[in-house]
Amino acid sequence: MADPGAERAAAIKAFQRRDAWRRRLPLLPALLFTILVTQVPFIFNIAFSLLDWKIVPPRGPDFVGLENFLEGYSNTFFLNAVTISVFMTAAAVLLSVLVGTALALLLDRQFFGRGIARTLLITPFLIMPVVAGLLWKNQMFSSTFGVLNAVIEAFGLDAIPFVERYPFWSIVVVLVWQWSPFMMLIILAGLQGQPTDILEAARVDRASGRAIFAQLTLPMLRPYLELGIVLGSIYLLQVFDHIEVMTGGGPGSTNVPYFVYQRSIGGGWDFGQASAYAIIVVIASMIIATFALRVLSSLFQRQEPV
Amino acid sequence: MNLTARDRALRGESRWGTAALGIVTWLVAALFFFPVFWMVLNSFKTELVANAKPVLFFEPTLERWQAVTEETRGLLSFSEAFSNSFFIVIVSTLIVLLLAIPAAYALSIYPIKGWRDVLFFFISTKFLPIVAAILPLWIIARDLGLLNTSQVLIILYTAMNLPLAIWMLRSFFGEVPRELIEAAQMDGTGLYGQIKDVMLPIVAPGIAATALLCFIFAWNEFFLAVQLNPVDSSTVPVWVSTNVTTRGNFMAKISAASTLAVLPVVIAGWLAQKRMIRGLSMGAIK
Repeated sequence: MADPGAERAAAIKAFQRRDAWRRRLPLLPALLFTILVTQVPFIFNIAFSLLDWKIVPPRGPDFVGLENFLEGYSNTFFLNAVTISVFMTAAAVLLSVLVGTALALLLDRQFFGRGIARTLLITPFLIMPVVAGLLWKNQMFSSTFGVLNAVIEAFGLDAIPFVERYPFWSIVVVLVWQWSPFMMLIILAGLQGQPTDILEAARVDRASGRAIFAQLTLPMLRPYLELGIVLGSIYLLQVFDHIEVMTGGGPGSTNVPYFVYQRSIGGGWDFGQASAYAIIVVIASMIIATFALRVLSSLFQRQEPV
Repeated sequence: MNLTARDRALRGESRWGTAALGIVTWLVAALFFFPVFWMVLNSFKTELVANAKPVLFFEPTLERWQAVTEETRGLLSFSEAFSNSFFIVIVSTLIVLLLAIPAAYALSIYPIKGWRDVLFFFISTKFLPIVAAILPLWIIARDLGLLNTSQVLIILYTAMNLPLAIWMLRSFFGEVPRELIEAAQMDGTGLYGQIKDVMLPIVAPGIAATALLCFIFAWNEFFLAVQLNPVDSSTVPVWVSTNVTTRGNFMAKISAASTLAVLPVVIAGWLAQKRMIRGLSMGAIK
């Protein structure tokens, strides 16, 4: 005996399943492409990391298990690169956010030629990193041709070979120069999204400028500051171009990406060892990413439930 | 909007205070722009003037601009690098849009179950360091015969920009009023018609902003280009760097090359600055 109710329920279920797939369908090409291009190389990487495999001089590939990882953890050059990566990212992101906030506050008012000032300020972000690195190294920092040193010498002081003496901070300066405008734009969007009536009310109540900033503006800017920090970290952890053209990975400036590059196709040709380093980097990045995604997730929670 | 005296008083600012801050802003802006200005200035110098103590006044010449656009046998030329770059960047940006628009649709208009997880998966791929993948990519590209081709860069730039594009477009699609779509459905408009006539006109500015950001990141990309495609069919950043390594340090010539290299992105960025940032910040916050 057929149960019309059950039949109907089954039909509805089948329809819902078809409908769910119909709705997922537009997503699939992008998803498959991303998995293929970004995940497959890492599977290869895991396999390589278990091998003793060197191209120059040719050796292997032989299976060595976890040996590459044990070596990796104790390698002082690698640990050094990790330290530099952490400090370089932290310094560049925090300074960019600070400078960017200051710039945004300056721009968030009416004055003559505001559009032009903003246009000039965002330009560093648009400059190709290779060009930015070369430009600062040869034309700003250089002790013979550099503008900075011309200014220093005009005050009767000795020229400073910035890049040679302070490779880490020279690179950070260029990174901050490029990323402050980006932070500025994000924070400016936040400032301009402030509800004006609340600000007006605070002013009518004669709240001081500092109190308004600390108690109204800053809390409202928080999601924008967080967004800037997360996006900045994503891109600045991966800095390579500036290091390549400014110091070529000299002492004090080799971050993890540059280190892994040097060990593999950048001259080391030690594929097994380099892959192990890469895996360690990926695991570390995943830990950072989990943290960062939690921040992003809290940003999403604040929006309307869909 | 013109501030009245009362407005200014309410903001706790005097007329002079506002003017002073305006001047400070101008000075800071000039300071930030100065390196770029200096680079452009140096490109009009002769090597003799450029490779010496910095000077502000000199007799300008176009000679280095001509030199940099001249072709040298066996080296990547200016015109090759630019046409390669435009081809690679435009094709990859088009593929990004082709993949990202349907994906953003599925994640926003009638979001699928678990859309947050899917979105986070896309964003999380941006956290994976590209250097960590370069070795397998190099080996795979070599074995597929893709080393030194445009295709390998098109594929990788597409993967590089896809997460950001989906993230931005999702928020733009979120702005389409649900009632408009439902009204179109009631009128019997099919999905294709809904997308073409209802959503695209609203989302178009967002798509333009997204495309622009993809263009900027792909145009400026150096690492993948120099590792996987360093010779004949390479791109503008590689061309700039060859001006340094193979021809000695000619400051004026490098300045001319650098100015040419950044020009397309700087102009595009200047024209679209407001839209670009709106897209980026909306991506997460609204």
